[in-house]
Amino acid sequence: MTRASDYPPPFAASEFVGEPSDPADERIEVGVLIVGAGPAGLACAIRLGQLLAEQPAVAERMGDVPIAVLEKGKQPGSHLLSGAVVNPRALRKLGYRIEDLPTYGPVHQEAVYVMTRRNALRIPPPPTMRNHGNFVFALSRLGRRLAEDAEERGVTILPETVGEKLLVQHGRVVGVRTGDKGRARDGEPLGNYEPGSDIVAKVIVLAEGTQGHLTGVALDHFGLRGDEPQVWELGVKEVWKVPRPLRGVVHTMGWPLRTAAKYREFGGSFIYPMGDDMLTIGMVVGLDYRDVELSAHDLLQELKTHPRIRRMLEGGERVAWGAKTIPSGGWNSLPARLHAPGLLLCGDGVGLVNIARLKGVHYAIESGRIAAESAWASLQRGATPGSALSAYDDEVRSGFIGRDLYEVRDMRQVFGRGFFVGGALASAMTVSKGRLAVGKLRAEPDAEQPLLRSGRADRYPGPDGMLTFDKLSSVFLSGNKTRDDQPNHIRIERRVPREVAELWVNMCPAQVYELGPEGGDGTVTVHLAPSNCVQCGAITAKGGRLTPPEGGSGPEYTLT
Amino acid sequence: MKIAVCVKHVPEGHGRIDPDSKRLDRSGEGALNHFDANAVEEALRLKGDGDGEVVVLSMGPEKAADSLRKALAMGADRAVLVCDEAAAGSDLVATSKVLAGALAREEADLVLFGQQAEDADGAVLWAAVAERLRRPVVSQAAEVTVSGDTVRVKRQTEFGYDVIETSLPAVVAVSDAINEPRYPSLKGIMGAKKKPFDTLTVSDTGVAASEVGEAGSKTEVRALGAPPSRGDAKKIEGDANAAQAIVDFLAEKRLL
Amino acid sequence: MILVFLEHHDGEIEKGSLGVLAKGASLGDADAVLVGGGVSSLAAKAGSYGAKRVHVADDPSLEPPLPQPRVDVLAKIVEEGGYDTVLFANSVLAADVAAGLAARLDAGLNWDLVDLTGEFVGKRPALGDSILVDVGWKTTPRLALFRAGSFDAAPAGGGPPEVLSAAVQLQEHSQAARIVDQQLEEASGPSIEDADVIVAGGRGLGAPESFTLAEELARALGGAVGATRAVVDAGWYPYSAQIGQTGKTVSPKLYVALGISGAIQHKVGMQSSNVIVAINKDPNAPIFEFADLGVVGDVHEVVPKLTELVKQRRA
Repeated sequence: MTRASDYPPPFAASEFVGEPSDPADERIEVGVLIVGAGPAGLACAIRLGQLLAEQPAVAERMGDVPIAVLEKGKQPGSHLLSGAVVNPRALRKLGYRIEDLPTYGPVHQEAVYVMTRRNALRIPPPPTMRNHGNFVFALSRLGRRLAEDAEERGVTILPETVGEKLLVQHGRVVGVRTGDKGRARDGEPLGNYEPGSDIVAKVIVLAEGTQGHLTGVALDHFGLRGDEPQVWELGVKEVWKVPRPLRGVVHTMGWPLRTAAKYREFGGSFIYPMGDDMLTIGMVVGLDYRDVELSAHDLLQELKTHPRIRRMLEGGERVAWGAKTIPSGGWNSLPARLHAPGLLLCGDGVGLVNIARLKGVHYAIESGRIAAESAWASLQRGATPGSALSAYDDEVRSGFIGRDLYEVRDMRQVFGRGFFVGGALASAMTVSKGRLAVGKLRAEPDAEQPLLRSGRADRYPGPDGMLTFDKLSSVFLSGNKTRDDQPNHIRIERRVPREVAELWVNMCPAQVYELGPEGGDGTVTVHLAPSNCVQCGAITAKGGRLTPPEGGSGPEYTLT
Repeated sequence: MKIAVCVKHVPEGHGRIDPDSKRLDRSGEGALNHFDANAVEEALRLKGDGDGEVVVLSMGPEKAADSLRKALAMGADRAVLVCDEAAAGSDLVATSKVLAGALAREEADLVLFGQQAEDADGAVLWAAVAERLRRPVVSQAAEVTVSGDTVRVKRQTEFGYDVIETSLPAVVAVSDAINEPRYPSLKGIMGAKKKPFDTLTVSDTGVAASEVGEAGSKTEVRALGAPPSRGDAKKIEGDANAAQAIVDFLAEKRLL
Repeated sequence: MILVFLEHHDGEIEKGSLGVLAKGASLGDADAVLVGGGVSSLAAKAGSYGAKRVHVADDPSLEPPLPQPRVDVLAKIVEEGGYDTVLFANSVLAADVAAGLAARLDAGLNWDLVDLTGEFVGKRPALGDSILVDVGWKTTPRLALFRAGSFDAAPAGGGPPEVLSAAVQLQEHSQAARIVDQQLEEASGPSIEDADVIVAGGRGLGAPESFTLAEELARALGGAVGATRAVVDAGWYPYSAQIGQTGKTVSPKLYVALGISGAIQHKVGMQSSNVIVAINKDPNAPIFEFADLGVVGDVHEVVPKLTELVKQRRA
């Protein structure tokens, strides 16, 4: 049986860990360094800003730049993508009134459908899919707004800046080295080459989102991983301008995903209204699928051809597209520890996502807030940094984040048994609030799934340029204008069995991978177009490794 | 030497035209017009390690401050933003009046522009500004050197290169072939916030409100229409007569 | 009353200017302006291409193709002649003249126009040529700068034009610039940005060696060679030739696409080409949706024959 995991990528975490190398007087010193201007990182920054305002004396100890946030995208929001129906709890704890934020409104109505090729059977929403009290947001817009608020509180945001290397001294994280800019494809410096810099800080918070680069490096270097591996879903979504408003939030299951256990196609779709004239439609598929021809991008195109959905989009126009992975292992896949000396780990990067409810934004925000409190505590006079930082861990696990995730643990794993069995078990677990144990179900790494082929690709609709589209058009709509002569940031084994190559070609929503020349022994060389990459992270789940490209490259999301 | 660079904050991503105002929708995200980055880079190169000053100016909404900060992060010394509701919707000549007013206050030796704007709204501004300032102008600069009171420009034309010399003060528009703009360093980004940043109104530039904005503009947008039709497209299949068919087609279009 | 600025080079009036003159003449009585050194002899030609009267400013000091002296000359002619409309064909020089003149006269300038109606509504493509915008002027004089190649020249017959000698009174700032050297283009072929014809190759060429097909056709047509991102990525052709979203944007009179699928990343770099001819084996290639002439065929069969026929034709 061919498995992608048999062809691991040329990658070692040790390549991205080291001591500071800039001369001491050239290192950039900040108080707290946050990597990632997403909901977790910005919540951390905002909370720290609030604490700073309350206690300016501590501020002096934090230097000229008390709080700095690195963001690899062009600006905050450029790499943010989610559904999103957000539980307002964590934003309120941060001091926000939801009405003051760029929301598309509260969820009034919702419906869940089980789809077949031609029909949609409405079912009562399972307990995990009740969204009363929640609000619809475009995460990219929320991120931009939170970034503005953070800056007003004195936070320094550094866009187009990648955290490439973890700076560790005497077993303690002391900072991050940023990525170089202006290198050519072969690595040679170009005319405007700008080397990265060592940024040193008293506390480093990693809030990089799904497949966070330094987060992965830290989990390996400090041995923080738990017993069970993480698993991911791939979400692909579009935003449409529509002539008729969508009333209410919609979730679907079933078609075009297949229910038989052997395919392991877990997932579903979401359709959320964005005001009266826009909506967002997305497809989420577990990356533990087995069919080499499965393409989440094309499943979304297929979904749109359903008569009910086609009607919703008729007369409309696709205005945005994007893709991102979602960690779905939940409680069981959490790292054994969420901190290391000098380091705190937040949000999607460590899997704080409730996949049953399709919610992670509020956990990210809450974890960022708690990280701020812990970081702050560790900066107080007389504090023992170690215990202040481990308090972060305790509070994440014992607070509502941990309680929620524990309640739905195993939820995702049961769907490995197929849709119907899985569905029944999942409902039973919810109703019992997690007390019904279904036995220990190990998550298997996505890349270890055996591969099969079923002729699925024949059913994908061709692009008609109005309702359905091809991958390159989608990449264009993501705003991706990455320069083509950048160094390649994707690590994969280049010569692999044909099935593995096809797996990657179909998996990638941005058409990064292509089948190159055949090796004559059943292998194929994989050709890469890394400038297409929207940094969704799917390749890391399925046998390769995404490392960060040059700062500022990748998508430029605004409505996702 | 004091060098002033005029820059523009342009909408990011795919432009949309607002059907009500019929103008480019500038409400979304924006960035420094990448052609202007060449002008900022050239100014920084000309200043080098000397005592000169590089000032960046822009006329635009509040958000245009982001683009000015990017220029400061690259190394410019000071920024000036003319931010005034009255100026929204200004056409070429109205814009040139405001910029000329702001530039007159600076009394720069050299004023640089980028070659065009990504949003196609700002092209040829330099010539209008130079006229208002009553200064010599040279555009399409592929190379610029300053010695003493003279600036020497290698100007690209359709026919080749002209090498032009003129006395300072002068206005020069640089082509995107002139240099590769630098990436702002982290120190640069962080230091940008501390650099002087002045915000002016239209009246600070000595221009009357009646001369700017839609009211002060001499051109207008009337309507948005369908794409220019490409005419009937023809399709041929098969190799046999294709070459001849193409030649006939090109002849018909007077391209051969 | 319409005035047309005629640009000239090497003793010939530029084709683009003659095209704009034809357009002007179609809208009413059109006069022309010639500024330069030794240009008086061109007045007759201007007449035969539609100019009713021709203002000539002929002086050695005006020989260098610098914009500001031309602004001075034109301003006087417009003010004294009572012209309400001034037309320009776009060029490096004309753009500077038009904008400078607009500032001098405090007049409206609409540029990048592809047409002008009898009611003086200008047509201007926008957003990568995906829409056409109607633009107008609120006052006179109206200044209009047309995209290169918008109109064809039309010999008008008719007698010789009235030739008026234009006064030359230059402002101080207009005299400051001097041309100290000139280097004319080598015969190695135009650059992609300036080329009237571009032959571009994509992955459908099959192999890097096949780029010679594109090169020979380009040579025969007197054009430049372009490439798609895919082939530049694969190392078949240098990045300087890349056309598209992350490469160069071009708008030649003729764009010949060989083995190019027409993905949007490429399309946005060349969609405003006047005429697009595409040859591709795949009948479903997106490029056929916006090519003026699409040939579903094998580039290796069609292109060599095409190159031969073009050479014969041009000989």
